[in-house]
Amino acid sequence: MSSTDDRPVHPYIPNAAPATREAMLRAIGASSVEELYADIPAHLRMAEPLDVPPALRSEAELVRHVEGLLSRNTSTREVLSFLGAGCYPHHVPAVCDEVSSRAEFLTAYAGEPYEDHGRFQALFEYASMMGELLEMDVVNVPTYDGFQASATALRMAARVTGRRSVLVTGSVGPDELSKIRGYLAPDLDVELVRYDAATGEMDLDALGAAVGEETAAVLVKTPTSLGVVETHVEEIAAIVSDAGALLVASVDPSTLGVLRPPATWGADIACGDIQPLGMHQHFGGGHAGFIATHDDPRFVMEFPSRLFGITATRVEGEYGFGDVAYERTSFAVREEGKEWVGTAAALWGITAGVYLALMGPRGMVELGEGMMARTRYAIERLGATPGLRVPFAPSHHVKEFVVDVGGTGRSAAEVLAALLERGIFGGVDLSASFGELGQPVLVCVTEVHTKADIDLLADALGEVTR
Amino acid sequence: MSGDVADRGAWPIGAKPPLRRFHQARWDEPVIFELSQPGARGVLPPAVEPGIREAVGDPAAALPASVRRTTPPGLPELAQLHVVRHYARLSQENLGVDLNVDVGQGTCTMKYSPKVNDQLARSPKPADLHPLQDASTTQGILEIMWRLEQLLKAISGMDRFTLQPGAGSAAIYANVAMIRAYHASRGDDTRDEVITTIFSHPSNAACAKTAGFRVITLYPDADGYPDLDGLRAAVSERTAALLITNPEDTGIFNPKIDDFVRVVHEAGGLCAYDQANANGILGITRARDAGFDLCHFNLHKTFSTPHACGGPAAGACGVTEELAPFLPIPTVEHDGARYVLDHDRPSSIGKIRPWYGVTPNIVRAYAWIASLGAEGLREVAETAVLNNNYLMHRVLQIPGVSAPYAEGRRRIEQVRYSWERLAAETGVRSEDLGLRAADFGTHYWTSHHPWVVPEPMTLEPTESYSMADLDEYAAILRHVAEEARTDPDLVRSAPHASTVHRADHGPLDDPDRWAVTWRAYRRKAGLDG
Repeated sequence: MSSTDDRPVHPYIPNAAPATREAMLRAIGASSVEELYADIPAHLRMAEPLDVPPALRSEAELVRHVEGLLSRNTSTREVLSFLGAGCYPHHVPAVCDEVSSRAEFLTAYAGEPYEDHGRFQALFEYASMMGELLEMDVVNVPTYDGFQASATALRMAARVTGRRSVLVTGSVGPDELSKIRGYLAPDLDVELVRYDAATGEMDLDALGAAVGEETAAVLVKTPTSLGVVETHVEEIAAIVSDAGALLVASVDPSTLGVLRPPATWGADIACGDIQPLGMHQHFGGGHAGFIATHDDPRFVMEFPSRLFGITATRVEGEYGFGDVAYERTSFAVREEGKEWVGTAAALWGITAGVYLALMGPRGMVELGEGMMARTRYAIERLGATPGLRVPFAPSHHVKEFVVDVGGTGRSAAEVLAALLERGIFGGVDLSASFGELGQPVLVCVTEVHTKADIDLLADALGEVTR
Repeated sequence: MSGDVADRGAWPIGAKPPLRRFHQARWDEPVIFELSQPGARGVLPPAVEPGIREAVGDPAAALPASVRRTTPPGLPELAQLHVVRHYARLSQENLGVDLNVDVGQGTCTMKYSPKVNDQLARSPKPADLHPLQDASTTQGILEIMWRLEQLLKAISGMDRFTLQPGAGSAAIYANVAMIRAYHASRGDDTRDEVITTIFSHPSNAACAKTAGFRVITLYPDADGYPDLDGLRAAVSERTAALLITNPEDTGIFNPKIDDFVRVVHEAGGLCAYDQANANGILGITRARDAGFDLCHFNLHKTFSTPHACGGPAAGACGVTEELAPFLPIPTVEHDGARYVLDHDRPSSIGKIRPWYGVTPNIVRAYAWIASLGAEGLREVAETAVLNNNYLMHRVLQIPGVSAPYAEGRRRIEQVRYSWERLAAETGVRSEDLGLRAADFGTHYWTSHHPWVVPEPMTLEPTESYSMADLDEYAAILRHVAEEARTDPDLVRSAPHASTVHRADHGPLDDPDRWAVTWRAYRRKAGLDG
């Protein structure tokens, strides 16, 4: 072992202290640690030390080094950001950070529902509050992210129906489509249903023409990736249902204070991402996915995820928890289970539960109403700027909309670069994937934006495109 | 009052008993809906400013009835203190690494997650970055991702890494997807089988199946090694890949691992190394040196990022140059001056998850490796192995327990024990012993299914625990095993000093009674009137 020199014992490795190590080796009757590696053949052993930089052993040096690297970032707190596109700038209540930082939750893993009762109850409550938001009775312990939730929801639908083809809303973003195509590739076909060029909503004629006997499911997103609220959802549900297919609705939970939950307009499976519910943006590292269904065993038995249920204990009035229908999971039956289950994003689920408990019914309604008002104000301000056009302005939007800057003679990239010089992250350039919209920029407005912020964006856009 | 204590002659204080008189928090906390008080508010969203209201009115009211929510969601209503208190209580009803000697969660590498790394991960410079910011404003985080890739390359010997997968199983899936794309790129469409071993994590089998492969599972030979003859019999022109853990979940290192790789390569298949169990071999042996084409690490295991009740975690996949074109997009590149995201990779399998990875854990893992260096990483591995063999020595002195396979040999970073003998002698099962251990402030995990090792217990002590911690843990096991002989009902009815008592599992498998949400419970229990 290496620490026979005068180096201090590393704070993370208590038994590296030479006297301790010697005592332990003596106790097990070994002369050296080397002896413990006897099973690893010599030709597979590293002859040289790892080629990595020297250790920053003191905490002070480490902090200086890492903060030095991080200082080269400009965070969205330092500028005015209108970036969204699936990773959203919402206010994160202090209580969310407090709970998600608590060591009892942060450093626990997969204990039993006794000594880890708190984790089970917090996740059951998360699912229960999501169930109220969605008006559905079954919600999973979170999967990795919203893309995974969409992909798994479609696979679940294919297993329920025994059919092999799925239809996906044509305005889906290219990254989510990439995930869905890859994940369904072994045995399911994926086709897109085009969106209506005037409204941005799903083209119902195209949907009607595309569904058929082999259609397992249709995936709608509302609001769409272009920010538009699908308003003909009942018609969509009827078309899907008439074809014997299932309707999978991907929704943004932060909009469900104002938008009807998909179960009420006919969705069989709801899914989406909970990052808006109390998670920071984390450079895209704050995502977690939900999948919800009605309490129908045909659907419940197709979940790959863990489902935590409430039950009685030996003591009257005491709540116990445990895994519901565990035998469907890969933990129980390996490749005979549904897809797979593993560590995913439980703490973000707990955090989203905290968020929903803080917001309550009124908070979620006010959040949605407030975002809709600000977003509409931004649509009107930007739409009134010479050379800018909001292609789906008459449609309903909650927190995002597309503005086409092509009329200014400049590209989206040029306009965004000019805004960046003024300390504004103006939006997401969609020209590579939605070129049919000209030079589209996706602008995100949430509850964190003030009238002054939106005015500043509109004025700056006017100036940089003049 | 104080007189009672004085009468006992309570000075000096006296010695602690051999085992801790533990009792976990038991708040008997209601489900949060039961704490609701109409009208209470936990946090207020910003009000819509008058200038906006005057300009646009209330756009929500203009939504068509088909999509407008008219009944607010049935969420609980609580003041902020009551939300905080509820979750603070629930947190106390949970044991993490910071509270217990968490060596009982074998295969999971429950090590200390340094607080400084949490602070760095939570600071605004990584936490409030948007993934689509101009790269000129994210050079710091891109450099950390690039640097972490270089470190993982050195540790594994592989040529390129992606940090995109959200956890270990997602990384296994990403590797399987790359294997599928590799064979497809060569027009090789006969390879529809993946081979794994029963002591590899279930996700190796399950991810392969999800990606469209037929799964062949090898069982161990008498020494506990996966069966090389079995592998020779299993490979064919249909073999796409071998997915294997080493050391396996028994803690036994397979000395013929490079022969396994060779057999699969000769059949035209690829080999992917599940390195979930890498903690004991950092700086000792590398995936590439055994010939592997792909590997993956769990940053939340080996590289110390917290397990967070089951994620957010982080996975990292390493590949050889030959497989690099298939990595998920984007990769992080450094042109000598700037760090950039490269999306222009036509052979890529595309996206495994949104964006680039679980960034807070990428920051933590980088900081952890930076704090250790080459000597420190090796010291981590050596100490984890020493701790494991020390604990094994202590545990095997307890009557009724054994460590099947490779009798008398050393183990790497964990051991899958068996209480088969104790169960036969007392009727007390391994699960009961684990629940009784909860009464002393810890716990253990049995094993994944199927239980090839009967009445299993899997312990992995990592480098984080002191000799005294390991002695305490072994003493708890000894005590509990002794109780199985002297008072089996006490063990079978445990836990007694934990947050709750033994639960009735019947309703959880009964569609008429299972309840995954409070609304479902109220409906099925007839509480809605």
